[in-house]
Amino acid sequence: MKWAIEIEDLTVAYQQKPVLWDIDTAIPVGQMTAIVGPNGAGKSTLLKAVLGIVRPVAGRIRVLGKPFQPHERRVAYVPQRAELDWEFPATVLDVALMGTYGRLGWLRRPGRTERAIAQAALERVGLTELANRPIGQLSGGQQQRVLLARALAQEADIYLLDEPFQGVDAPTEAALLDVLRWLKAQDKTVVIVHHDLSTVAEYFDWVVLLNVQCIACGPISEAFTPENLRRTYGGRTVVAVEEPKAL
Amino acid sequence: MDFTLRVVMTGAALLGLISGALGTLAVLRRQGLIGDAVSHAALPGIVLAFLISGSKAPVVLQLGAAVSGTLALLWVQTILRTTRIRFDAALGMALAVFFGIGVVLLSLAQHTAGAAQAGLDRFLFGQAATLLRADLMVMAIVGVTTFFLVVALWKEVKLVLFDADYARALGLPVRRLEMLLIVLLVVAIVIGLQTVGVVLMSAVLIAPGAAARQWSKRYGQVFLLAGFFGLLSGATGAWLSSLAPRLPTGPIIVLLLSFLATLSLFVAPERGLLWQYRKRKKAARNAQQAVLTVLRELERRHPHEARPHPAASIQTLLGPEVPVNAILRQLERHGQVQHEPGRGWRLADRNPEATHESRS
Amino acid sequence: MSPALEIQLVAVLTAMACALPGAFLVMRRMSLISDAISHAVLPGIVLGFLLTHSLHHPLLLLLAGAAGLLTVYLIELLEKTGRLREDAAIGLVFPALFSIGVLLIARFADQVHLDTDAVLLGELAFVPFDRLQWQGYDLGPQALWTMGGLCFLNLLLVGLFYKELKLAAFDPAYAAVIGFRPVLLHYLLMSAVAVTIVAAFHAVGAILVIALMIAPPATALLLARRMPTYLLYSVLAGVLSAVPGYGMAWLLDVSIAGSMATMAGVLFVVVWLIAPEDGLWARWRRRKKQQIDFALDLLLLHLLHHEHQVTALDERHPDTLPQHLNWTETALQRILKAGEQQGLVRITSGEVHLTQAGRERAQNRLEMLTPAQRLTSRPSMIPAEPLPLPQTRLRPHSRDQEKSVL
Repeated sequence: MKWAIEIEDLTVAYQQKPVLWDIDTAIPVGQMTAIVGPNGAGKSTLLKAVLGIVRPVAGRIRVLGKPFQPHERRVAYVPQRAELDWEFPATVLDVALMGTYGRLGWLRRPGRTERAIAQAALERVGLTELANRPIGQLSGGQQQRVLLARALAQEADIYLLDEPFQGVDAPTEAALLDVLRWLKAQDKTVVIVHHDLSTVAEYFDWVVLLNVQCIACGPISEAFTPENLRRTYGGRTVVAVEEPKAL
Repeated sequence: MDFTLRVVMTGAALLGLISGALGTLAVLRRQGLIGDAVSHAALPGIVLAFLISGSKAPVVLQLGAAVSGTLALLWVQTILRTTRIRFDAALGMALAVFFGIGVVLLSLAQHTAGAAQAGLDRFLFGQAATLLRADLMVMAIVGVTTFFLVVALWKEVKLVLFDADYARALGLPVRRLEMLLIVLLVVAIVIGLQTVGVVLMSAVLIAPGAAARQWSKRYGQVFLLAGFFGLLSGATGAWLSSLAPRLPTGPIIVLLLSFLATLSLFVAPERGLLWQYRKRKKAARNAQQAVLTVLRELERRHPHEARPHPAASIQTLLGPEVPVNAILRQLERHGQVQHEPGRGWRLADRNPEATHESRS
Repeated sequence: MSPALEIQLVAVLTAMACALPGAFLVMRRMSLISDAISHAVLPGIVLGFLLTHSLHHPLLLLLAGAAGLLTVYLIELLEKTGRLREDAAIGLVFPALFSIGVLLIARFADQVHLDTDAVLLGELAFVPFDRLQWQGYDLGPQALWTMGGLCFLNLLLVGLFYKELKLAAFDPAYAAVIGFRPVLLHYLLMSAVAVTIVAAFHAVGAILVIALMIAPPATALLLARRMPTYLLYSVLAGVLSAVPGYGMAWLLDVSIAGSMATMAGVLFVVVWLIAPEDGLWARWRRRKKQQIDFALDLLLLHLLHHEHQVTALDERHPDTLPQHLNWTETALQRILKAGEQQGLVRITSGEVHLTQAGRERAQNRLEMLTPAQRLTSRPSMIPAEPLPLPQTRLRPHSRDQEKSVL
């Protein structure tokens, strides 16, 4: 099986505290993978490390066999809604268009092609009527959709989403899931930091259980077991090491 | 010691004490630049006070400064409550607009009051040398009053500063307490203006608190320490500036404070960068075993691949005080670990022949 | 060109040049950097003066610009240690640099009139006197060329990098992921800010630059919801501060720079009051409408509740209603009038009756209430508080809510 993302020895520290430690894992191509774990487990940090937004202190990450290069635009990112300033003066279409900026590169302006791509993305997520709505007037679910549209407009191969179903209503969740399944049907890789354990088995093919370390990873049937869940969520131990003898 | 010098030193020390301690009210809320805003916004009040009363007595001018400074902050507060505009923009706008109004009034005063207003813009740039005993009295009284208020309302002040929601839930009159804190801050700023001037005021408010914060987490200690730093810098700065001609007091105090703050960043225990360096040295003695343990654990987690591991993985786990690299090199000398350049470290195999094989 | 016209032209160009980078600063929550830079450039200017013995040598501008960038760099360095927040970093760096500048002046330039006053306050009135001469031709005031050039450069910057600046301001993480370098763009913007400040304050002084960078974009924020309109309104607001500012200064014979800053504030207040949707008056009207709507609902529900009770005749009498509903007489009259106007109630033979429309609306409201609420819906005037706006920071790692000054 081909791997979309391969991670070796990844350690990320924030102010000298380990956020991710010695992560070894791989995410398969063309599947829907969930990253789950308790709060503070480093799930968002894992995505950001793959994208190069966060610098690890150690480790190697390969995306589709090579180190991640931003200008190749093969990876799309849907961040958590709360990380953005929704009062920003922009419309829904503006944000969707941002997904096409990568293919334009520096200085070039979005033209008819880009507009068409953005419109198609908006249609795919069901926001066509709201194209000219300022983003400050969107509901949570609509915000999530527009971020997904932006990622779709990128026409990437790998999609990384950070808690996209957090705080959205059931119809929106279903709509988003539809789009993601459509992506999978196109052989795209979808990786989602997921907050809801009850839907993991239903939505996903592959899972990574994370709590600062990688507790387990693999197909749902093998890795998503009660024992592994207990080890992931049961207390915030970083490493079980016997006490050093002479101090 | 010369009388003027004594007065200036006392004045500067009082300024440092009061501004430093009360400045923590703003700094600890990440709103340190309120000082800058109030200082600039004080100008129209100062000029108006002069135009209305015809007097340039510091108390009069300070009163005017306090009024217009408070008005500016109230304006900022209202903008924050009723628009999308954020704190920094509201503050910056109030600062510049009020100052602009002050400049207009100043130029008006230039026509009407003639040469009499010449001393007004000294207020802008600070001239510690013009401090009089009477000014010291005012500063002392104000200082004592504000300190007394803060101490008397200590618990409430702490709550309002750090957990306003909880304070509200307890039934405390949060709005009124916040108003009080604003007034205290404005007062502290206003009495310091004539010593250091408008531009430098924010340093006198922020630097002591920022420095003190590096040394302690408890607000009481931060409050007192900030006051102390301010007092020290004020007195020393005033003395230093007397040593040579043409050394204005305000800038010297500010540079001293900046130095103190930077020093605190490096030297303070726990958080200071140098302190951590010292702890590393100490930990080196005891940490060999810990390093080996972690390395063993790393290898245990990868049983099927005999892979070297980066030192950073060990470092992150053991924390910054442990000099992992130095210890690894030591262990290598003892033959307990092996290094593969560019890849990392692994435990040495017990079998010496195997060691040679794995190297090739 | 008359001197008056020249001054106004320079003023307008300055306002336009400042509004553009200022708009981005305001949007990115970095307005106070302009305050910091405008003060911290002093040592650069003084150094340049000491080296060239002239107040007009371009080296001054260069060194001042370098000082500006140094300021930004130092502030970010301090923030990166993780031990100081942004406001503390700013408030430490610029006074220290300014102090160095003042000390340099006091020690080495005391005899020359390099007044901190002049540096801080500037004076537009002198603009016509400083002329650009070339080969014997008078090309107009130097400031006109400087500010015109600056305006052009800033327009070019924003025009060329429009989508990049927009993206980096909205979502720097995403910008990094797709290959635009937000750090580069950040320094590009900061350089533009520094250069603008340095060039502008020779004519208008440090404080007016700050006013022109912050107030017009803040005004624009009250009106615009899209980037192009936001930028346009920022520039427009700048121009509308400059021209009336000059008028005010001419009328009252006061500082031109100060007047322009004042007018920028006045413009903000005016827009603050009358902006559609976001303005104070619009909000007040919305709130009043909400209050009336709510009270009407209560009245209708009350009428519905007592509609078929034979014994409850006085429950519908205008005179006794105030008692039952716990309202004042005037309040009741107002509500009744609104109710009549909207066709929800009818007042006949001394009694208040529901119309069909009124009945439908009351029943509608009733359905929306849960059983628990139905029991406790005693009518009273509950004022509707304006909801606090949610605030999230742009930079991911801090999510502070700053709703009050202290």
